[in-house]
Amino acid sequence: MSTLGISRRDVLKTLAAGAAGGSVLQVIPLQAAEAAHQMVRKEKATAAAGKYVPKYFTVKQYETLTSLCDAIIPRDEKSGGAVDAGAPEFIDLLTSENAEFQNRLGGGLMWLDSYCIDHYGKVYMESLPEQRKEVVELIAYRKNAKANPEIQQGVAFFAVLRNMTCDGFYTSKIGIDDLQYIGNVTRSEWPGCPALPE
Amino acid sequence: MAQITRSPKTYDVCVIGSGAGGGMAGKVLSEGGLNVVMLEAGPQVYPEKDYKMLMWPYELPHRGAGVGGRASENFSEFLAPNGAWEIEGEPYTSAPGSDFQWFRSRIVGGRTNHWGRIALRFAPVDFKSNTRDGLGDDWPISYEDVAPYYDKVESYIGVFGSKENVSSAPDGVFLPPPKPRCAEILIKRACDKLNITCIPARLAILTKAHNGRLPCHYCGQCGRGCITASNFSSSQVLLPPAMATGKLTLITGAMAREIVVGRDGKAEAVSYIDKATKTEKRVYAKAVVVAASACESARLLLNSKSPSFPDGLGNSTGNVGKYLTDSVGSDGWGEIPALEKMPPHNHDGVGGMHYYVPWWKFDRKNDFPRGYHIELWGGRDMPGVGMFNELCHDEEGYGLQLKRRARRVYGTTVGFSGRGEMIPNRDTYCELDPDRVDQWGIPILRFHFKWSEYELRQAKDMQETFKSIIEMMGGAYKTRTQIDGPYPFGILPGGKIIHEVGTARMGADPKTSVLNGYCQTHDVKNVFVTDGAPLVTNPDKNPTLTIMALSWRASDYLLDEAKKGNI
Repeated sequence: MSTLGISRRDVLKTLAAGAAGGSVLQVIPLQAAEAAHQMVRKEKATAAAGKYVPKYFTVKQYETLTSLCDAIIPRDEKSGGAVDAGAPEFIDLLTSENAEFQNRLGGGLMWLDSYCIDHYGKVYMESLPEQRKEVVELIAYRKNAKANPEIQQGVAFFAVLRNMTCDGFYTSKIGIDDLQYIGNVTRSEWPGCPALPE
Repeated sequence: MAQITRSPKTYDVCVIGSGAGGGMAGKVLSEGGLNVVMLEAGPQVYPEKDYKMLMWPYELPHRGAGVGGRASENFSEFLAPNGAWEIEGEPYTSAPGSDFQWFRSRIVGGRTNHWGRIALRFAPVDFKSNTRDGLGDDWPISYEDVAPYYDKVESYIGVFGSKENVSSAPDGVFLPPPKPRCAEILIKRACDKLNITCIPARLAILTKAHNGRLPCHYCGQCGRGCITASNFSSSQVLLPPAMATGKLTLITGAMAREIVVGRDGKAEAVSYIDKATKTEKRVYAKAVVVAASACESARLLLNSKSPSFPDGLGNSTGNVGKYLTDSVGSDGWGEIPALEKMPPHNHDGVGGMHYYVPWWKFDRKNDFPRGYHIELWGGRDMPGVGMFNELCHDEEGYGLQLKRRARRVYGTTVGFSGRGEMIPNRDTYCELDPDRVDQWGIPILRFHFKWSEYELRQAKDMQETFKSIIEMMGGAYKTRTQIDGPYPFGILPGGKIIHEVGTARMGADPKTSVLNGYCQTHDVKNVFVTDGAPLVTNPDKNPTLTIMALSWRASDYLLDEAKKGNI
């Protein structure tokens, strides 16, 4: 989408004219609406980037959450990862507002630390990288819990976290661009399908 | 007890509800010269502020999931405002063993702000289905009675479609249909091979400028509400001309509690709770049009008890709340490898399907009565919350493998929603819950709901059809359903399709029906019901277009009667 080159004042003026103009359908010019959205985007982008203070998780838990989000959707040659996309902030926000998520994710993170202490003698973040990989690999698949019922709760926790990490990633600009979604724009005509591959 | 505030004047008509049925009545009656007061339980809607058109998920802190992730249960945070399965302070209950979900909107325009805009005519045979198969009842009116009003509604609101001559899906007055999306072309090719009829959809979205409204800008987000009113909503298309007459008074935040019957046995007023002040008010009118949505209207009639009507207004038959149906719904989807080869492209289109499958097996014997249509979806939609839940569940894992898999399958899924006709049954109805009231002190509804074998067999047929289309497309059908349990063949709980109708149905016989063919109660001549409640059957068509046609017809009749001095 190209920059429309309209100032905030122009937009507000147009919006006011649209509303006051007595249009029965309350139509505002599309261009103005689009420009207003772009401004919100820009303001967000330029806001002071201080360190995020988690709303629900403790600082230590938030570090673990961030590490897990990074494991679920890492950076690669094409795009950034879930952490770049703000997935941990998104998950923290939703969790702060929902007792069930608090139980599942907050409790899940506690479970993970307990498991690591039992098996590696240290909490997850202090375990060795190969140990962390080992436990993530274990709880990432339901079939592992069949062989090892001890990790059943960990598998359930990871499934919730995986869904929410995907939600956080694929609703971000990075994630949407990664999928090469093209749209959310206004068009004067609908051209149909650009030639199907035969 | 505080004194009831009464309206300073007596209006000609009080319309209860501002959605498809109420909005249409408000427009026709005010344009016909009557003084109308309209009660709406919710607030005013301000499209330019309330609709989230063209916003990206990351522009909202909750990305569309809503506070605590709870908006996902109500479609998404992006849905045009105030539609929900649960409304705080306004509960309903289900009888033991019943599962009914009641979707309500409390806002000007009601559910028309975010509905699917699917605008299908009922077919001639749909009005006489008892004659055909002996089940349920015939309508007291025929297709020929309603057809002129279908013409009028389509001409006014704008519906795209194409002339197809399919007897189960009558053609209407159409704007040109949009070209199919890539996935829809593939679906149509597969349907052609399977002898399944697949034709351009019929949606109340403007593909051309129409009656002063701008044409669609193809952002694919009709459900969010449209700031340019390029799709139909009562709030933007019916109410503005009604307001322009100067004869419509709209009262928002007004929860109707009771229709008050005078000593002459006619309705004389409507009592409502003014939500802002939590006080009871009363508005006087010479006639009442109830269009609060089928179950809400039944609730109001049942709560309108008087010495003349101890069981509720219009309920001398005991049939108010009975004959409740919802559409039969079962969904399925698959992955189509052929779509992996498509280059990235804008797939948005209008906010809904460009093609659909009308009921096509009307000419043969099936192992269930009536029929269903199939709605199409999928392709390169805007990513959103929940988009990869199934992928995560099916394939699990994490890391680059998961990320690459998501990249590859994105845009390759296509899906189907079967929507079919339910036959009314004795075990499905709503009634007043004897024990409970809502926060406004109004007795609430208790639902009884049961699918019969007819509907289950229909859902089974849907699943088989979906699978056959996916496989004909060279894809893998991913939906797994069970043959038993609470939801055999993926049948959705009652109410989930949000096509609940039939709770005050019309009929020729006052001993068995609540309304006559003009939506007028047999018991009280100056009370009409013009939402989904009058529908005798709910064929495989989405009911909104028919609700508007019947409401227009009833309003013309009311105008005529008013002129003759009969109201």
